[in-house]
Amino acid sequence: MLEIRWHSRAGQGAVTGAKGLSDVMAAEGKFVQAFSVYGAEKRGAPMNAFNRVADEKIIDHSKTMVPDYVLVIDPSLAFGDITYDTKESTKYIISTHLSKDELIEKAPALKGKEVYVVDCIRISMDSIGRAIPNTPMLGALMKVSKLFTIEDFKTGITKVLSKFPQKIIDGNLKAIQTAFDEVK
Amino acid sequence: MANTKANQTRVVWDGNMAAAQALRQAQVDVVAAYPITPSTPIVQNYSQFVADGNANDGEFVMVESEHSAMSACVGASAGGGRVATATSSQGYALMVEVLYQASGMRLPIIMNVVNRALASPLNIHGDHSDMYLGRDAGWINLCAYSPQEVYDLNFIAFKTGEDLNVRLPVAINQDGFLTSHTAEVVEHFSDEDAFGFIGSYVGKNPMLDGENPVTYGAQTEGEWHFEHKMRQNHALVNSLDTIRANFKKYAEFSGREYHPVETYLTDDAEEIIVCMGSVFGTTQITVDQLRASGRKVGLVGIRVWRPFPKEDLAAAIKNAKSIAALDRSCPMGTTGALYNEVAAVLVENGMSKNLLNYIYGLGGRDTTTEHLSGIFSDLKACSDAGKRTKPVVQTINLRGKMLSFY
Repeated sequence: MLEIRWHSRAGQGAVTGAKGLSDVMAAEGKFVQAFSVYGAEKRGAPMNAFNRVADEKIIDHSKTMVPDYVLVIDPSLAFGDITYDTKESTKYIISTHLSKDELIEKAPALKGKEVYVVDCIRISMDSIGRAIPNTPMLGALMKVSKLFTIEDFKTGITKVLSKFPQKIIDGNLKAIQTAFDEVK
Repeated sequence: MANTKANQTRVVWDGNMAAAQALRQAQVDVVAAYPITPSTPIVQNYSQFVADGNANDGEFVMVESEHSAMSACVGASAGGGRVATATSSQGYALMVEVLYQASGMRLPIIMNVVNRALASPLNIHGDHSDMYLGRDAGWINLCAYSPQEVYDLNFIAFKTGEDLNVRLPVAINQDGFLTSHTAEVVEHFSDEDAFGFIGSYVGKNPMLDGENPVTYGAQTEGEWHFEHKMRQNHALVNSLDTIRANFKKYAEFSGREYHPVETYLTDDAEEIIVCMGSVFGTTQITVDQLRASGRKVGLVGIRVWRPFPKEDLAAAIKNAKSIAALDRSCPMGTTGALYNEVAAVLVENGMSKNLLNYIYGLGGRDTTTEHLSGIFSDLKACSDAGKRTKPVVQTINLRGKMLSFY
């Protein structure tokens, strides 16, 4: 079972991102779960979203997991506690304008962890025109996880986004590709 | 032999979307509802279907409260329509008066209840306080443990509630957020096949039939009230036969089989957990883990909460030495309601077993395989000692001072 934990602020699209990833994985025949832990439902409040992906039906409905990937889509959250309930092999992909070394210096809890950085906020501003860092994070995840080739993933996510105007779809595809190219 | 299963399509839906799509496919005539977290998306999605002209001329009635929502459902159902709604928690509490009216008038209204805690303190998360509040309201209560089951049980609910031998309202319960907001793979039918399973609704004694005027909600004092209520109870108790038959028909139709009591590895189990809701799946994983280390443990899930399937439960637990009944609601002054049902079944069948009651998950508190494994350890200690080794009422994942009772 593959498990992913998203750290986001309400309104940044972590739930949509988690569901979009689920849709793409389910279309490939996988069993999926996407859920989030809501607080008082205030825009801007820190929140978590979660993905589970498996080859068999997923029956665990507890909210606790030890994720394979921690995705941080709001840069400020990297300085809070994002390393709880993790394992040695957990990989962190963090949206930040900082370099990896600068980030780890300011967030020492990440020292010794497998950390990747990508500036999802800037990429979404440039590509979509709004700070919606969820789809670029999925592009970065594809690079780090190799779950899909970027071409296959873009084909899958295009189907998921099909109800949106072409301009929005194009912006998101550009953001996904840019994040895929830039994550390091 | 021809394959009787209908073609199905794989999608990713949460429990709320599964319920909304089932209502659309059931071609309900009227949904009257007032939104409340976490069931809001059910009626929001349905009203979107109506606005898009995609709800088979179904009507969405906006009302000013849940009391009015259920009242409008009663009116529409008495008028002869196929009627559904959804609610949670405080909204359910406000409906309670009218829930009794609906069942007393024998109106087959279908309600999706997304289970949530009751204030105070205010809490939007899942527990079974609302389901327990309506326990004696005369509704058939089914429990779904996943979005797929929400979808499936909606069709079984329409087919059962509208059956002329039953004619009772049906609630389909699902856990707030854990099921309602968790997107999973769901297999759904084409609109045609889905509707074909339940067919058109023909109201019994509809008020809109001007040729044959009838009265609903009449007053009966001492001379007839008792007889009415016991006839109603007779219909509810015996609806289990119809539910069972519809579970079978649905299994042939969908390939997914339901039972009044779901069992997992109970035949040779010495320790058994009895529960309902989404914790069933998490407990199943726990059972697998303990079985791998040689422990004889099993699991029972209550699928039909009302009418309570006493015989099925007795058969499922007869070989156990120690049993834990899990209640996701604070029993407030006694033992939990599911515990009481299990205890009654043991007494009625002359069975003597160690029985513990665990209160868990209030206000959405998480329950993991570790917690459930701890329960099985407590049960093993009872089995080894040949007696109950702890006070009856225990708690899981409660912070601060451990509390137990009786």
